[in-house]
Amino acid sequence: MSLDEGYTTPDGRKIGAVVMEMKNITLRFGGVVAIENISFDIRQGEIRAIIGPNGAGKSSMLNVINGFYHPQEGEIWYKGAQRQAMKPHAIARQGIARTFQNIALFNGMSTLDNIMTGRLTHMKSSLLMQAIWKGPAEREESEQREKVEKIIDFLEIQSIRKTPVGRLPYGLQKRVELARALAAEPTLLLLDEPMAGMNVEEKEDMSRFILDVNDEFGTTIALIEHDMGVVMDISDRVVVMDYGKKIGDGTPEEVINNQEVIDAYLGVAHD
Amino acid sequence: MPEQLLFAAEVTLNGLMAGVMYSLVALGFVLIFKASGIFNYAQGVMALFAALTLVGIQDGQIPFSHLINTIFGTEMHDFGWHVPAFLAILLALGVMILFAIVVEKFILKHLVNQPPIILFMATIGLAYFMEGFGDLMWGSDIKKLDVGLPQGISGVIDETTFDWFGYGFFIDRLDIAATIVAAILVSVLVLFSQYTKQGRAMRAVADDHQAALSVGISLRFIWVLVWSIAGFVALVAGIMWGTKSGVQFSLSLIALKALPVLMLGGFTSIPGAIVGGLIVGVGEKLFEFAIGPMIGGATENWFAYMLALLFLVFRPQGLFGEKIIERV
Repeated sequence: MSLDEGYTTPDGRKIGAVVMEMKNITLRFGGVVAIENISFDIRQGEIRAIIGPNGAGKSSMLNVINGFYHPQEGEIWYKGAQRQAMKPHAIARQGIARTFQNIALFNGMSTLDNIMTGRLTHMKSSLLMQAIWKGPAEREESEQREKVEKIIDFLEIQSIRKTPVGRLPYGLQKRVELARALAAEPTLLLLDEPMAGMNVEEKEDMSRFILDVNDEFGTTIALIEHDMGVVMDISDRVVVMDYGKKIGDGTPEEVINNQEVIDAYLGVAHD
Repeated sequence: MPEQLLFAAEVTLNGLMAGVMYSLVALGFVLIFKASGIFNYAQGVMALFAALTLVGIQDGQIPFSHLINTIFGTEMHDFGWHVPAFLAILLALGVMILFAIVVEKFILKHLVNQPPIILFMATIGLAYFMEGFGDLMWGSDIKKLDVGLPQGISGVIDETTFDWFGYGFFIDRLDIAATIVAAILVSVLVLFSQYTKQGRAMRAVADDHQAALSVGISLRFIWVLVWSIAGFVALVAGIMWGTKSGVQFSLSLIALKALPVLMLGGFTSIPGAIVGGLIVGVGEKLFEFAIGPMIGGATENWFAYMLALLFLVFRPQGLFGEKIIERV
């Protein structure tokens, strides 16, 4: 299919132009090659999954996208321009938000405060301003609060707004982390195993939220997931990695019928 | 007997105020520990350095004059002007902010992701460097610091209490000033960390570096900010202690008095630093008053440490510290 102008998904959603393109990315840690010459793209409005067995390099790929790792080779193109190596916080400010495999929340803070940190990049008033002249800073704070409250409603976490997140059960922590990432109103949302360690019911909730986020805000999402059922259900296109290499790329149907992918998952001997 | 009771009350009050002075120093430690997990050994020296700088600026001293004179054979010591206290404090604050930037650029930046013990060692090095640098810059004489804070016995309190109880309380006006300043300082710090965006970012960095980066917080900016604030607290502590006992190099030893305060209050709690300081202040004064005469006095030298030791045994996280739970 010609992808230059985007495509339409089976369920009728319009997928737009390329937002992020990875070109021939290679990432090494000393002598270990974590990612070997991988290229793929992520399109506007898409839910793009990265799957693969343990140690395939999926999380490393996400870390490359959000700037925790800098690849030794390859180019990263974002919104039509080649991205220079930059700090993760600068990349976050360009509209890339993420969640972590092992939940990284601010445990000492309430749910509300955690989500508010997601809005930091949108807050303009300077330190001096806030100290001297309360008016604009206060107005800004309440504007930001409104946006955050919307997200809280959206993810149905009203009842835990004031609870310190350290006390929340695992499933809810995952949801708060998603809320914090969403609060940044990202162009591209990265989810590192959003359903890891969840029971069936929680997985269903999370799948629904991911689809709703994509639908409601038009957020482009790249996610890593182990549960194949979930991946097949919610993603538009799938990249399959194994031992740092890309072994498949396409719609869920294409990928699931790919012999190399089947081998990787069923553990056929490499010869 | 009421005489004794009144005397005990006076001792308690004085202890509270001495405690405030300890709290001022402990605060600086807590700020940096909370935000970066670094136990900043240099906090006491920072207070000394801030006080030295303040006096130097106030008296129009030429920095490094001794060094310059030795190299060029000149005889310069001061500019011959006197800078008003308020302006001098602002300038000294500027120097402390500059210091924070330098620390971040030359030390912290290069030690990212190192274990806390490495960073702790770095701050020990920093402490000795600063002590020498302060000496080189401003000389090693004991200096008198006067920024217009009231000093001496408070006549009003003395007379009022005399009218009420027939016994005049001796309370130093400097201690009262220190209490007020500390109260303002703590309120400002709490407001800052709870209600400003930088405050929220600071708490975020304290909790989780990776997550903080992922929401767009610059760690380097936060570190400069935190060390600047710690520098400001050091300046306040330096002013109070400098006014009380003169600006001299033993000032850096007040850091050692802050340690038991931190163990009592918990390393991560601002209210803990205050309460811990008050407990140590009152405790050591009352202990000296009640038990001291029986065992030969001078208990103030060790009481705080003994108390800290007891706390370490029974409540290692301190009164307000976060309970350490290791998930397995």
